[in-house]
Amino acid sequence: MDPYCLKKLNAERRARRAALLLTDLGDGRDRVIKEGDPVAGLLGDAISQAFLSGKSSLAEIEGRSFFLNVHVPPPRLVVIGAVHISQALAPMAKIAGYDMEIIDPRTAFATPERFPDIKLFAEWPQDILEQRPLDPYTAVAVVTHDPKIDDQALERALKAGCFYVGALGSRKTHTKRVERLKALGSSDDEIALIHSPIGLDIGAASPAEIAVAVMAEVIKAFRARGLQTARNLEKTV
Amino acid sequence: MQNPTEQIRDPLLIAESWMAEGRDVAIATVVETWGSAPRPVGSHLVIDEAGNFEGSVSGGCVEGSVIAEAMDVISQGTPRMLEFGVADETAWQVGLSCGGRIKVYVERLG
Repeated sequence: MDPYCLKKLNAERRARRAALLLTDLGDGRDRVIKEGDPVAGLLGDAISQAFLSGKSSLAEIEGRSFFLNVHVPPPRLVVIGAVHISQALAPMAKIAGYDMEIIDPRTAFATPERFPDIKLFAEWPQDILEQRPLDPYTAVAVVTHDPKIDDQALERALKAGCFYVGALGSRKTHTKRVERLKALGSSDDEIALIHSPIGLDIGAASPAEIAVAVMAEVIKAFRARGLQTARNLEKTV
Repeated sequence: MQNPTEQIRDPLLIAESWMAEGRDVAIATVVETWGSAPRPVGSHLVIDEAGNFEGSVSGGCVEGSVIAEAMDVISQGTPRMLEFGVADETAWQVGLSCGGRIKVYVERLG
């Protein structure tokens, strides 16, 4: 492996961007390809497929043997609101393999006693998201019910292209939220991506059940991500 | 999917830090699996010239053999493709007790 390729690949991985190491098994040469980099022909098709599925594989193309090692960032879940739902969501996210963090400036809510073993920030979302930026491999769920806390985070999540954006609240609450987001500069297309009411419709009533519904909706959005990207690719072709 | 422990002991990040320390490094990668294989395609084991290693390509069944081959690859520089099957397939070969088969590509860094 070319040391330069290793450095470049690790830099992409540290920055939570999808990247692929392409190795020609015939001569041992390798190169790093970022998601969206144009690669022509059958090899290009195999590379697009690898980014969509997140699966590494061998590919025989025009008599040459390649190994495509795709590195997709692990999914992250950012929850705005250290509420009862978040307490139930934290262990579920961990079991599902999601790296979860909670942001809530209300210090009475965001206490380590209520949230053991989880990254917890008792600060305003806009301050924390400045240091820990959102990205397309991050899901955001806003659950405080307080526009002062939720709105800034929502606006940033939409701008960052997060694979999932969900907001707790009734349809009536959401109608008002839409107006506020428009005032903050979010477009209609962006706003349409918000999942609200939050969570898959399983008739959830208790905070723990709502957490199940949210986790399921996040997983669904992540697994459908490939399909969404495929549709976008079709559009550009 | 990575868990936090795997992130801390990330073989490729370790390989980069070893390289920065001036150590000679080989990288082994699972490139193909058949049947029940303990580690998925794309998994890495990284080895230095003294035989230190991080990561895994199996559940510990064939690491010893991969490390020995990696030392040769470090000194000779030519990549190798290794194949491991079930333990009793050939008497002289180490194998996977789980019954799977894996193909491992071993290359020198630099």
